[in-house]
Amino acid sequence: MTLAEDMGYTTADGRKIGGVVMEMKNITLRFGGVVAIKDISFDIREGEIRAIIGPNGAGKSSMLNVISGFYVPQDGEVLFHGKKRPQMKPFEVAQQGIARTFQNIALFEGMSVLDNVMTGRLTHMNSSIWSQALWKGKAEREEVENREICERIIDFLEIQSIRKTPVARLPYGLKKRVELARALASEPKLLLLDEPMAGMNVEEKEDMSRFILDVNDEFGTTIALIEHDMGVVMDLSDRVVVMDYGKKIGDGTPDEVRNNQAVIDAYLGVSHD
Amino acid sequence: MPDQLIFGMEVFLNGLMAGVLYALVALGFVLIYKASGIFNYAQGVMALFAAMTLVGVMEGQVPFSHLINAVLGTDVHHFGWHLPALIGILTTMAVMVGLAWLVQKIIFKHLVGQEPIILFMATIGLAYFMEGLGDMMWGADIKKLDVGLPQGINIWIDETTYGIFGYGFFIDNLDIVATIIAAILVAILVAFSQYTKQGRAMRAVADDHQAALSVGVSLNFIWVMVWSVAGFVALVAGIMWGTKSGVQFSLSLIALKALPVLMLGGFTSIPGAIVGGLIIGVGEKLFEFAVGPLIGGATENWFAYVLALIFLVFRPQGLFGDKIIERV
Repeated sequence: MTLAEDMGYTTADGRKIGGVVMEMKNITLRFGGVVAIKDISFDIREGEIRAIIGPNGAGKSSMLNVISGFYVPQDGEVLFHGKKRPQMKPFEVAQQGIARTFQNIALFEGMSVLDNVMTGRLTHMNSSIWSQALWKGKAEREEVENREICERIIDFLEIQSIRKTPVARLPYGLKKRVELARALASEPKLLLLDEPMAGMNVEEKEDMSRFILDVNDEFGTTIALIEHDMGVVMDLSDRVVVMDYGKKIGDGTPDEVRNNQAVIDAYLGVSHD
Repeated sequence: MPDQLIFGMEVFLNGLMAGVLYALVALGFVLIYKASGIFNYAQGVMALFAAMTLVGVMEGQVPFSHLINAVLGTDVHHFGWHLPALIGILTTMAVMVGLAWLVQKIIFKHLVGQEPIILFMATIGLAYFMEGLGDMMWGADIKKLDVGLPQGINIWIDETTYGIFGYGFFIDNLDIVATIIAAILVAILVAFSQYTKQGRAMRAVADDHQAALSVGVSLNFIWVMVWSVAGFVALVAGIMWGTKSGVQFSLSLIALKALPVLMLGGFTSIPGAIVGGLIIGVGEKLFEFAVGPLIGGATENWFAYVLALIFLVFRPQGLFGDKIIERV
């Protein structure tokens, strides 16, 4: 790899992609005898939208769970900002600035939308309990600042009208958007989206795609996402990792991946004669 | 005004204050249940243990003195000091926090994700363990607890009501103090859970563990915190009940009185615990006063449970509990 490459690249639409933020090195994850991920390496660069795709059971979600600390791989290294990451609990990973959403949505159903988004700021609150109790100085400043950031994100994702609504009352598509808002509120260095468009209709998918692109464009957020829908992924992402049966079978720009024979075989099937 | 009505008013007031004490115990249950889904059967024993520790510390008792004397052949019982109530309370609180940490570390950390019934069984085990531990540390005798709270009839209320009705109400000063302290405690708890970072994290954990992890909340930390807060509530309840009727085994049974309060108020609601406690307190006193004599008395033993049972049939989630909505 040349130095120029290592410093990043410029996309077709003129966005500057930076150096490597996160690197997965020879990751292997087993559940008992089942190998979910087999010796996979790839990297995520600053400012890019990186997709992980593959058929059902390919190990995509497992990979995301390794990055976010929910699963601990048996082999391999995770490098964050060039440094090897020691084994971490999910909450520690979150504190490092890696936010995520879940395939099946994990929101605080009993809280309002605003409260949900505010929990995304928890890692940014460090005034002492005493100063919070007295509501003085740092605590007050912090709360006001955090509130402003959250309101900005709520505006950005166009959910102002449901700010005070308890999440349990919202339809599926909006819940997905609230979850994205909460993840964004933490101003993540890396945002992980687990099937952000699963179960949506065409219109909702288009909305979500637009928001993902806007987030990346507006805040420069590095995004890694998992998606089933090939069409969506190809339009959205800068680079794509393709997995099948726990192995990496392709890695590159959408065009490169689309023309990769192994990928075509995995998605369309291959004749055995 | 007819005599019966005046007596009824006095009974009502006394019921309210008894209710506050029930609510205090119920509050401890709600806190832990909300944050971890554990129904903590040991809450009553925690109150007993806290009260025993408080007495022991204030009186300068040597913990485990029987054990120490039996093993080492010594004869130590007392340090020979008497500590002021404030130091005693702070020390006891430290002990309760340590206990919370141990309970989380030794027991519940290993039971994450288990069935609720298993967690419940673990708390039964914990209850009897703590009862034994308390006896071993401080001895099983009945102790007198005096942290300087006023006791006895409130003269001012007595005289004022005498002036108005020609009959002086008997209201215990301790009950008044307990009511005020409970009100302050609840206000602090509500403010804590609504407006502080730790409170917000606590609500997050109570709502969804996975989501809480993903926003950077350590479940372990929150659980230790919640058990500590429940320990603090138990200490307050222990002080009130201990001052009223002495620190003894029966104190742990007040946990059973908290059950109907919880059924009424809902297991997940702090305001529910308060209102539920008041309804049970007033209800059982008024019922005993009005109906008791007609059916032979002793209704206080069962009234609360029957009321809760009737309630369960019509509103299983309690007065303020989270509504059970099933999306089809």
